[in-house]
This record gives sequence, structure tokens and C-alpha cells, in this order.
Amino acid sequence: MASIEQIRLDFPVLDQQVNGSPLIYFDNAATTQKPQVVLDALNKYYSEDNANIHRGIHALAERATAAFELTRKKIQSFLHAESSDQIIFTSGTTASINLVAQTYGRANFEAGDKILVSNLEHHSNIVPWQMIALEKGAEVMVIPVLDSGVLDLDAYQKLLQENTVKLVAVNHVSNAIGTINPIQEMIALAHAHGAKILIDGAQSVAHMEMDVQRFDMDFFAFSAHKLFGPTGVGVLYGKRDLLESMPPYQGGGEMIKEVSFSGTTYNELPYKFEAGTPNIADVIAFSASFDYLNSLEKGWVEEQENALLSYATEQLSQIDGLKIIGTAPNKIAVVSFLIEGTHPQDIGVLLDKFGIAIRTGHHCAQPLMQRFDIPGTCRASFSFYNTKEEIDRLVACLKRVVTMLL
Amino acid sequence: MALSINDTQEELIEEFGLFDDWADKYEYLIDLGKKLPGLSDEFKTEENVIKGCQSRVWLHAFMQDGKLIFQADSEAVIVKGLISMLIRVLSGHSPADIMKADLYFIDQIGMSQHLAQTRSNGLLSMVKQMKNYALAYSSQA
Repeated sequence: MASIEQIRLDFPVLDQQVNGSPLIYFDNAATTQKPQVVLDALNKYYSEDNANIHRGIHALAERATAAFELTRKKIQSFLHAESSDQIIFTSGTTASINLVAQTYGRANFEAGDKILVSNLEHHSNIVPWQMIALEKGAEVMVIPVLDSGVLDLDAYQKLLQENTVKLVAVNHVSNAIGTINPIQEMIALAHAHGAKILIDGAQSVAHMEMDVQRFDMDFFAFSAHKLFGPTGVGVLYGKRDLLESMPPYQGGGEMIKEVSFSGTTYNELPYKFEAGTPNIADVIAFSASFDYLNSLEKGWVEEQENALLSYATEQLSQIDGLKIIGTAPNKIAVVSFLIEGTHPQDIGVLLDKFGIAIRTGHHCAQPLMQRFDIPGTCRASFSFYNTKEEIDRLVACLKRVVTMLL
Repeated sequence: MALSINDTQEELIEEFGLFDDWADKYEYLIDLGKKLPGLSDEFKTEENVIKGCQSRVWLHAFMQDGKLIFQADSEAVIVKGLISMLIRVLSGHSPADIMKADLYFIDQIGMSQHLAQTRSNGLLSMVKQMKNYALAYSSQA
């Protein structure tokens, strides 16, 4: 197993000075950094293989198509999906959720139906449902969150009881406060009441193993860029019967079988949902993320991140007036906090001056901020390439920042 | 005779020229923020909120003897410090002068990063809103 110093060398962006100090990157929940192998794959594709895929019969098109479809296979294996044609490429988690709302939702929601989302959701798992609900006369209802940042499962059961819920849309992990939701239980409950369920995996994929079949997921969405891959690539997994029953989303090339002015027939899965030239280069480069992750010792990522989470929680708690928002027993390595008498934005601006990148604000989860009656938080989110020494520096700089502000 | 917009900008550039490290500069800015009187609750209305800021910022403007007066407040003290400088430079001048003001001091004191097109602070929206007020009041001047 490589040392942490060696692992950090795999991520070239980490080795730089920001405002005169070594960069400390604690904004991994927003996007993860990319290992050299991903950057190399991107460069190799454009330098050696660039071609449009699926229809060309020349050598470059064949190489590009094979590489593109190889990524799909790797995602199938990463998710433990039944088949690679249930892996649909989109532009990101947001696009994956919108696809389900605009196809499954459009075909299945009726007036009076209920769609459940949780109070922990990112706007991208709220707004698409509000849009289709408005159109269909359906109602979006909210699974409440307890003070600890844990979802209220009793309330969830009550909401399901009338069997009028058509779909539950919930994140696996909260982006704002790091809570890991008990999705296995939530999926079983949804199914027991005749509801389908979509899991937003944007924040979980980089931190834990996935198994869509074992969890019996109907839909699972995530983004490549939060899994050490390029931006602009997202994935939607769906159960075969659901995907097959859904009408196509966007019309165009690739998604058709035959087109004539008297009528058009549609292509099979997954191409039915992949109109137009996809983001070929980034999909191909994403393949290298899986190679990289597979090169790490099994279990090491979780172990390293858990150590960072407990160390950060313990060290940050020692700062006067610091309050951690989100104290769920099951969390990924995210610490969201407020410091009495200060505004998160001021903390973020000053930490940046020390070369420390954290996220401040509402984290695109305004309903959650309203729930806790706070303007936003400071969020430090860690990845396996972060170190305890970096957390020590965060704590030291935070103390200095607080003195400046108070 | 009150200082012109550019005279005040020169003053600020000179004041900030005294600091050689960022921490001193920001401490001064924070101090300016703390000293800004702020707004009473009656002016902290939805209409006065500047959109696109990570912290809430309120801007109130009114005419007095042909001059446009600005008052503002924010939840974040660094933003308040930035606002305080804008008010010092622009408030109390005619709408015409405010409209044509070139705010070069922001760049010269090393704060141009706060003008960046991100949602993080909204100094840009603040400047735009001040100029909008100047435009709206220019017919009354």
C-alpha cells in the first residue's frame, strides 16, 4: 500500500500554493480532485482516438466506441447492476433526476399522487419533482429531519401509510451535513407501500460501496466528477422494466431505430435515453477513475476517511463557540459548522487567504437551512488524500480567523 | 466642499497602501465593517435586499438636497467593510456623478477578487444596484 504522501502525488492539483500557503482542499463534497491517470486518459483520447462513436466504421471510431462502452461496463460492475444497458449516461446527477421526473414522472404521475422528498435534499432532488408535480397536479411532501440531522423514519412510515405515494426521492448522503440515510430500510418501506424510489448517490459514491441489486434500488443517480472523474458526466441506473416502460426523453440521433415522416421507432436501452453525441472524452476518461480506485487497498478509503472525520470532529469541537450542524451517528467525512458571532461567509473568505478551501453558504439545500433556522454553514468535506496535519492547520487558522472577526 | 468621488478613492488607496500583509488589510476592512452604522429594521425589507449574495445585504437610498445618499447593512462583516467603502466613495454625490464613476480603487487596494462573478459576495451586484439608483434618481436631481 502506498503512503499518503505518494497518494497525494497522484493528484497534481494538490501540489500548489494558494495566497502564499500550501493549498488545503476541503471542498470534496463539491467536487473531488482528479488523479493523473484520469488526466492522462483524457489527453490520450484527444491525442490518439478522437472520433464520433457508435456509427463510424473506421478504426478511430471503433477504438473510441470500445473505450466508451468499456466505461459503461466498469460502472455496471461498480454498481453491481444486472446489465450494462441499464447504465445510462447523462450530464450529471441533476440531469439523471430530471430524466426520471420528465419520463417516468410524466408517464405515471396523476392528480392527487404524492411524491416524497426529504428535508435533507439538494435542490436538484426537489425542484425537478416540484416542476412535474405542478404539471400533473401531484403533491410533493417532505420527510422531516430530526435535530441531529437524521431523517424521521416514523414520519416517513406515516407518510407512506395511505399508499398514495408514487415515488420517493431521497439522497443516500446529505451534501450539506453528511448524514448517511438508512436507504436499505427506506427502500423496503417504499416498496411495501407500492412506491418506487430514486436514490441520489451524488455524495455517497466516493465514500462507500454500492450495490443496486442488493439494495433493490429502482433508480440510482450520480456524477463522475464527485468520484474523481471529469465534470459533465452523470449516470442513471434503473431497473430494466422501469427503463423499458419509460418514454424517451430527448429526441435526436442515436436514440432512434428508424425515422420516417410517418413515424419514428426508438432505439433500445440504453441508447433510447442518449440522444445526440455524448460527452465521449469525459466518459472515456472516467474509466480511469475506477482503475485508480481499484488500485487502492480495499477498505482503506473508508478507514482513512473515518479517521479524518473523527479527528476533525474532535479537534473542531474544541474551538470556542463552534457548533457542528449534523451530528448523525452515521456520517461521511463532512463537518458542517457555525461559530458564534461570525458569519460563514467571513470565515470562508479569510480561510481562503490561508490557502484553505472550504464551502460556505446554504449548499443548495435551503429547506434544510430553514429547518435549522441558520443562514448557512461552513462545510469542510474530506477525501482520502487529506491528512490530519491539514486538519490541524484548519483548526489553527480558524482560531486566528475568529480572533480577527470578533 | 466635500471630497470628489476620485478624491475619496485616492484617500482609500493611500490608507490601504500602509498595509503590507493581507491580514492587516482584512483587519482594517473588518473594522470598517463593524463601524458602519447599518440599517434599522424598517429598511431591512425584501425590496432592499441585494440579490445574488451569500450573506444578506440590504441597500437603502434616498435623495437629499440633490445628492443621493446610501445606507446599507449586511450579516457578514467583510461585506459590510466593502459596503462601507462604497458608501464613503459614492454616497452624497449627484446621481450624474455616481453614474459615471469609475471605481478603480477596488482593484488598486487589492480587493478586485470580490468583484468576481461568483455568488459568494455580491460586491458587483452592490455596485450595479447603486448605479441603478443613480439612474432612477437622475431625473429628480
